Amino acid sequence: MAHDIQIQDGEKPVFYLTEDHHPEGSTNLGFWLYLMSDCLIFAVLFATHGVLGRNYAAGPSPADLFDLPLVALNTAMLLFSSITYGFAMLQMERNAKAETLFWLAVTGLFGAAFLGLELYEFAHLIHEGAGPTRSAFLSSFFTLVGTHGLHVTFGTIWLITLMVQVAKRGLIPENRRRLLCLSMFWHFLDVVWIGVFSFVYLMGVLG
Amino acid sequence: MSPHAQAPLHEDAATTHHAHSHGHEAGHGSFKGYMLGFGLSVVLTAIPFWLVMSGAFDSKLLTAFFVMGLGLVQIVVHMVYFLHMNPRSEGGWTMMALLFTLVLVGITLAGSLWVMHHLNTNMMPMSPEMMKNMP
Repeated sequence: MAHDIQIQDGEKPVFYLTEDHHPEGSTNLGFWLYLMSDCLIFAVLFATHGVLGRNYAAGPSPADLFDLPLVALNTAMLLFSSITYGFAMLQMERNAKAETLFWLAVTGLFGAAFLGLELYEFAHLIHEGAGPTRSAFLSSFFTLVGTHGLHVTFGTIWLITLMVQVAKRGLIPENRRRLLCLSMFWHFLDVVWIGVFSFVYLMGVLG
Repeated sequence: MSPHAQAPLHEDAATTHHAHSHGHEAGHGSFKGYMLGFGLSVVLTAIPFWLVMSGAFDSKLLTAFFVMGLGLVQIVVHMVYFLHMNPRSEGGWTMMALLFTLVLVGITLAGSLWVMHHLNTNMMPMSPEMMKNMP
């Protein structure tokens, strides 16, 4: 591409475009592959919980421990954060920086509410003597749900980082790419949570 | 074609930018799509919670079947409306990766449960006395 290196008056010279034809595409595919590998981590933890989930060691069972209204509230928080992230992406499409930041902030608040409720639940369980060391069921429960919570924690940190980036640099192509990656990560975590509330909480309480 | 107000700096910037916006259009949904996905998700979440909390069915097996079935449907809804999965994105490679992962996940889940169930049922039965003398 010869015209790439032509320099016109009062213009910055452009020699190589570090991002040519389809950088977005390859980043998307790469990030998708990362998500698939993350999916395998969760599959292994789900399998472990499937095997150990009934081994109570004469301790409390899910029906004794789990507070389903709290889990429903938690699920709602994550679902709301998913849709508000969708709104942020739609505002990004419109090039509306302030609106994008607003919806990202709302997403972050819902994410933080989810984490707060989960930490409250964990603290409550441990206080009742149903910590991860109580039984095989509780070990696998804390590992699976804790790993998901850890993902949401890092997703929230990533979200705050991107909000600072967008506030400082605007909706430049790099930030758009990053927001797209985080949106995939965030929606993926909501997909994993569907498995958690169905398989761990509801099936657990069902016995 | 370009909706942007400011004039592009030069020809290359303009072409690069068009390439970008095409990339974006491929990856995003519409407001309608997000709301439809959200509505379906709310219903598909509410039903299993209601089934378990109210004990609507007498049969636990039937309830379990509905909880897991609706969970799977909701996962598909999220994949389509929030993650915008379709057989055409990235020339079909995201779908390929997803299918491959699903096969691995299927083997992992079914294999673990199958093997461990048999291990559990075929182990020598243990009395509380034997349990006490375990190392």
